[in-house]
Amino acid sequence: MPTAPRGAIDCDVHIPPPPTAALLPYLEPYWREQFSVRGLVGADFTLTTSASRTPLACRPDWRPAKGEDPLALLRRHVLDPMGTAIAIGHCLHGAVALHTEDMAAALCRAVNDWVAAEWLSRDERLRASILVPTQNVALAVAEVERCAADRRFVQVLVLSMLDHPLGRRHWWPLYAAAARHGLPLGIHAGGLNRHATTPTGWPSTHLEDHVVGAQAFDAQLASLLTEGVFSEHPDLRVVLLESGFTWLSTFLWRMNKIWRGLRAEVPWVTRMPAHILRQHVRVTLQPVDAPPRPEMLAATLRQIDCEDMLLFSTDYPHWQYDGDAVLPEGLPDALLPKLLRDNALATYPRLAETAP
Amino acid sequence: MSRHVVARVSEVPPEGALRVVVKGRPVALFNLGGEYFALHDRCPHEGASLCGGRRVGMAVAERPGTYRLDRQGEMVRCPWHGWDFDIRTGQGWCDPANTRVRRYVVSVEAGAGLAGQALNAEIFPVSVEDDYLVIEM
Repeated sequence: MPTAPRGAIDCDVHIPPPPTAALLPYLEPYWREQFSVRGLVGADFTLTTSASRTPLACRPDWRPAKGEDPLALLRRHVLDPMGTAIAIGHCLHGAVALHTEDMAAALCRAVNDWVAAEWLSRDERLRASILVPTQNVALAVAEVERCAADRRFVQVLVLSMLDHPLGRRHWWPLYAAAARHGLPLGIHAGGLNRHATTPTGWPSTHLEDHVVGAQAFDAQLASLLTEGVFSEHPDLRVVLLESGFTWLSTFLWRMNKIWRGLRAEVPWVTRMPAHILRQHVRVTLQPVDAPPRPEMLAATLRQIDCEDMLLFSTDYPHWQYDGDAVLPEGLPDALLPKLLRDNALATYPRLAETAP
Repeated sequence: MSRHVVARVSEVPPEGALRVVVKGRPVALFNLGGEYFALHDRCPHEGASLCGGRRVGMAVAERPGTYRLDRQGEMVRCPWHGWDFDIRTGQGWCDPANTRVRRYVVSVEAGAGLAGQALNAEIFPVSVEDDYLVIEM
């Protein structure tokens, strides 16, 4: 039975989106007044997929009492008991789903400034991702440029299901900005909930929605690869957040196989897709969709050939494991140094500047 | 290694292919603008005959979104799963280190010059008026 790691770099913890009232001090005066005039202060801008009361959204023993400081809870539940060296936080705010681009950009600015002030400045172990208004790429680039000077922002954050596949050239200015500043592109599970969340239509239940969620990630990887993002932006790294990873083996095999037959469609893809993806893509550990017996996990990992791809994560506070069993049984000991620290340091160049 | 007369030149049409069998082995003869090439006629993937494959060029890109066709007609695409092979070398385009088909040396020789040589030409009589493809196997 693996023990909980000490001193790890946790690449996925959740910063709960604040009530809109808490963002008002971080909004520019025009928007602060508009929020008041338009009656938006009581709107919570919650993405449906992160509805806080669904069972998987929070471990039962981690559910906060009313009014508890979420940062204090993060420290008590994860950072302190695990001796976490660095934790990268993601604030999945509903700003990214608005139809109004300028309000979305204003809200993203407020959220990022709130994260910096209320989280990063209160615990030196924390780093964060930059929430960008994906409604408008120019505005998203501007937000990356605005936040990049703060070296505690280590990644650009987008959702796994947006209005266009992420490989499209439409997005490339964002990737150029990310690569220029040493920021990986973090793709987090979730969407705008205005397109069906499965390829076959809308699911009926949370169960169905959660299970099928991984398909969005393989669609995005296929898009990033075939559209040539990694040819055009060779320094870009992509991190899949809360994606699961055991599906990767069959995806990579299928990608290689189909590419061999249809590669003339994408002549800029000149190497085996799996090779390119292993070089550019990283995946976070939790949730582990583990095989039923521990000895099968090592075989699964060998099939994916992912020792340089896996990044440790708790996915706090989501209910992905119980007790301190964040490392799944059957994980090879030899993988731990890379999993717990080295891969994260290699993926996020900004972490090495301050890594304890 | 012996030399085999395998076909009349006129039997391999321009930009076409012809399958022959030599010493029990299938051989694909290709006509590339009047140059002739011979490959083992069996895709290393699952064994399809390459003679029936589409002749294609080599698609190349300077960067994503740009398209250029080099070496038009110099590749053969396996009819089963679309793997491309260089007709001149047998080299597979994808995964070249692990994918190639065997290439045979082929030459065009006049029937007159072949007369009197010790040849394996049991398939048909060599006439002095025609040109023939001769491969070494």
